[in-house]
Amino acid sequence: MNAGPQRPPWIGQSVERLEDPPLVAGRGEFAGDINFPHQLHMRIVRSAHAHGRIVAIDATAARALPGVFAVWTAANVGDVPPIDFREGSIPALDPYRQPVLATGIVRYVGEPVAAVFADDPYIAEDAADLVALEIEELPPLLDVQAAPEEFSPGHPTEAALIRQGYGDVGAVFRSAPHVVALELAIGRHSGVPLETRGVIGRYDASRGILELHGAAKVPHRNQELLSRMLKIPPSAVHVYESHVGGGFGIRGEIYPEDVLVCVAARTFKRPVKWIEDRREHLIAANHSRQQVHKIRAAVDVAGTILAIDDEYFHDQGAYIRTHAMRVVHMTAGILPGPYRVPAYRAVGHFRLTNKTPAATYRAPGRYETTFVRERLVDAIAAQLGIDRIDVRRRNAITPDELPYKRPLEALGENIYMDTGDYVGLLDKQFASIDWPALKAEVNKRRAAGELIGIGVAMYLEKSGLGPTDGVRISVDTSGMVEVVTGGASLGQGFETVMAQVAADALGVDYRKCRVIHGQTDRIAFGIGAHASRATVMTASATHIAALNLRKKALDVAAELLQAAPEALDIVDGEVVRNDRAGGASISLGEIAQNLAPGKKTLGGREPGLSAEGWFKVDHQVYPYGNHIAVVRVDEETGGVAVERYFIAYDIGRAINPALVKAQIVGGYAQGLGGALSEEFIYNERGDPLAVTFADYLLPAVHETPAPEVLLREDYTTPRNPLGIKGGGESGITGVGAAIASAIDDAIGIPGAVTQLPVTPQRLKAILAQRKRQQ
Amino acid sequence: MKPAAFRYHAPKTVDEAVALLAEVAPLDGRVLAGGQSLVPTMAFRLAKPAHLVDINGVEALDRLAVTNGKLVIGACVRHATFHRPVCHGPLGQLLSEVVRHIAHYPIRNRGTFCGSLANADPASEWALVLAALDGEVVAKSVQGERVIAASEFFKGIMTTALRDDELLVKAQLPLLAPDTRCGFYEFNRRAGDFALAAALAAYRLEDGKIVEPRLALGGVESTPRRIAEAEGVLAGAEPSDKVFRAAAAAAAAAVDPLEDSVNSAEFRRDLVLAVARRALERAAA
Ligand SMILES: Cc1cc2nc3c(=O)[nH]c(=O)nc-3n(C[C@H](O)[C@H](O)[C@H](O)COP(=O)(O)OP(=O)(O)OC[C@H]3O[C@@H](n4cnc5c(N)ncnc54)[C@H](O)[C@@H]3O)c2cc1C
Repeated sequence: MNAGPQRPPWIGQSVERLEDPPLVAGRGEFAGDINFPHQLHMRIVRSAHAHGRIVAIDATAARALPGVFAVWTAANVGDVPPIDFREGSIPALDPYRQPVLATGIVRYVGEPVAAVFADDPYIAEDAADLVALEIEELPPLLDVQAAPEEFSPGHPTEAALIRQGYGDVGAVFRSAPHVVALELAIGRHSGVPLETRGVIGRYDASRGILELHGAAKVPHRNQELLSRMLKIPPSAVHVYESHVGGGFGIRGEIYPEDVLVCVAARTFKRPVKWIEDRREHLIAANHSRQQVHKIRAAVDVAGTILAIDDEYFHDQGAYIRTHAMRVVHMTAGILPGPYRVPAYRAVGHFRLTNKTPAATYRAPGRYETTFVRERLVDAIAAQLGIDRIDVRRRNAITPDELPYKRPLEALGENIYMDTGDYVGLLDKQFASIDWPALKAEVNKRRAAGELIGIGVAMYLEKSGLGPTDGVRISVDTSGMVEVVTGGASLGQGFETVMAQVAADALGVDYRKCRVIHGQTDRIAFGIGAHASRATVMTASATHIAALNLRKKALDVAAELLQAAPEALDIVDGEVVRNDRAGGASISLGEIAQNLAPGKKTLGGREPGLSAEGWFKVDHQVYPYGNHIAVVRVDEETGGVAVERYFIAYDIGRAINPALVKAQIVGGYAQGLGGALSEEFIYNERGDPLAVTFADYLLPAVHETPAPEVLLREDYTTPRNPLGIKGGGESGITGVGAAIASAIDDAIGIPGAVTQLPVTPQRLKAILAQRKRQQ
Repeated sequence: MKPAAFRYHAPKTVDEAVALLAEVAPLDGRVLAGGQSLVPTMAFRLAKPAHLVDINGVEALDRLAVTNGKLVIGACVRHATFHRPVCHGPLGQLLSEVVRHIAHYPIRNRGTFCGSLANADPASEWALVLAALDGEVVAKSVQGERVIAASEFFKGIMTTALRDDELLVKAQLPLLAPDTRCGFYEFNRRAGDFALAAALAAYRLEDGKIVEPRLALGGVESTPRRIAEAEGVLAGAEPSDKVFRAAAAAAAAAVDPLEDSVNSAEFRRDLVLAVARRALERAAA
């Protein structure tokens, strides 16, 4: 062995983020910071009506305003198709796609109707105010449970009926000793990144390349989609990710504005910049979550679940966007969560309404179904008079049942839970928080008259969406490592994590690794950052690529040092003998020099010290966790104060525990919003009422006590080389469920909470009803 | 979120300011104080004033003094000034308690006491203070100066007795007797938001009985005001949970609550029960 002290691996250390120096020094580059000479600024004229027929659009005054370059309506983009689904055409759903500018009909307040292009953003907004829209109002459809209407001739507003299930549910219900039934609603809310959307289209006429700057999340997917829609070869479209101030699933999809800046840049031969404002963001970017579930469980006398039957209504809003049926379909697949459900039926109504279109938001389908399922489990406990923890213990899948195949689907693959111990994690959490003491304290305060309660939720996550990821790593002649990925960073520490993984395999300092992501001109393939996939997929590919590079480096070094490759190791970027101290060594930079084209040492090898690595999976991985909330209810005002919050999560392997915890804490804060305060409400005319941060209530620091996180690495997964499970969504998944359960407990009414968010008004109504019944 | 074009004026003296206002008020000119309400409204283009008369550089408007038994608050005195008591006795204490409920720190560093009055949001804490304590404002225009009592000043949601060409130069609050007990309570959905209901209570005790009771509500009706029915319950009574509940019930019965798409009138009326009683409890504590 080499005599020098062995450095502990980078993986597993909470090292400082590589991303931070430019960000804290104000040298970041977000979409708003990107400017090109001669650029135009785009402003969108949006529908003020939820539903109506466009009678006339008069842009004469707007066009006449000095500084205005052009005003477009649907007529100017007649050759641009509606926005495609990410995975391509789905004939049954194609009629519901959104045109880039409203064509004939407007279907939600906020829908783009015209686009103004001007020399500066002020003039663009002045001109947008001058565009006169004449719209003949049509009755809006706002209630997802109301009878479907016609979306367009021959196409009902129920775009699809989703069915997933197995077993003879009807027979089980007919013979079951107990049936527990609930109707539950999740409010419409969404991810609200502090950086609103922003895109800059640029046509490089010198090279014939269309560029989209300000991309996020899925740059390569968007390159494909734009290429398909605009009928230009993929190699002539390049998409560039810059710094991204939060994505949460909603940012980085292709929206009308992204297409418009591209088409306009190509048409005008001038760069076109669009920065979304906050009001626009709240009415134009994807909403999410709104569902109503009518769910029943058949149970035996001991509280064992025999079957679950769920009929749900998914409020999609006005169009079907890039995700197509992803959320509504996954809802059915993921609902059973960590429990054994012998027979199961889910029927989902995928319905359009006259609201902002919906799609994925952090933990799509899981936030909703965890609320629904955990409400159901609490209700089983209440109805049968069994302890709610006992019901969970009884029904949770045990380690010896894993891996567990469930004949349901999520994201196009069968659910196949890998490793874990769901009840075991709950016990570890109970031990870490001293559960009996917590219960005793809460009981004491309740006995003294306080409305205080504890809520519990268990959940199953899914992460690491495949199918594949590739990474190319090269070392330059100075020894600096470049890791080129098709991944993306939304601010989560992607670069640091990839650097840690590459550094361990290569034997270099992680600070020597520069990680490139989200640049379609640097690597041909990539699936980006979503579905808690980045660390599982891209880090696995990075690991493999780094090992390939290591092999090549050692192979060359062996020749140069006249040693067997097995006798060599890489320490701090130097190839050294691992069998004795001292002696000759060679740096990775020198090896790179020796591999330059034309060098004698090159021999028959490919030039350059570089390698690729590909990682493929058949199945996602299924991490899991529990949330426990302690809340206090103010009986007189209906206010809810979260006093303590506990999250336990098994991530398999944490590359950087501090970053994982940061993801969990951030998700939790967003989860609280959906549980207590954030809601896109509409009046009966379909006007959105939450259009500023004064009405759309994000929880702030006062409302968000720091959660206590128990991060475990007990069950790695065999499905990737490092045993990683994802964690990007785990902090949010259980919040709605745990808060609802805690409020029930605080007010002493099992099943009281049937709707999120639990606003003071709604809670007062529940309490008033209790008073009347007393 | 880009405001429409406007012309910007930066007068140096009050006379210049009112002269400018006389000129631009008919052309939709407005005073710019801390900008914490006006600027967001302009960014949303809900307001498109053609002229802004910025009073931040006007000399002497940042003055804060106690004169003739009154706390005199100049037009450019910022919310943050009140973080620490600005005068001895219960008034300074009360203001330092109330100010913590106004928005957030950066906003308090910029927003002004008088701007809040001129803006007249029904839930403005300072407007509630002015109404509860029967303060007054001094308005000035080229035609001269006039003093307007709180009860005459607030006319409705975001409307006051100020004329467009008038500058609110200062607000005046009476100092409170040293044995005055004050309590403030507000309910909102997030710290720093405008209150859904707020109450300010003040009274003195003589022989264990409540005298000079004041109970005012903000955020409940279109303007903040004292609620005589509740004060009637308190006057002469000994402070007790029962009395406070009765006063709160009288207040709840007396108000005509605002209603919006989220908050029903009944919900607000219900909140009055809580905020009025809690303000009284705090006064008694
Ligand atoms: C996020 C947020 C939260 C907030 N929360 C609260 C809260 O909880 N409670 C609260 O009370 N306020 C709140 N505010 C408002 C804040 O207190 C403002 O500072 C205040 O309402 C207006 O004061 P200003 O000096 O900023 O006035 P400006 O915004 O400059 O002006 C407001 C209006 O008053 C007029 N005006 C101002 N000064 C004068 C004058 N001297 N003479 C004549 N007209 C004048 C202006 O022309 C304008 O119409 C909040 C603001 C924000 C942005």
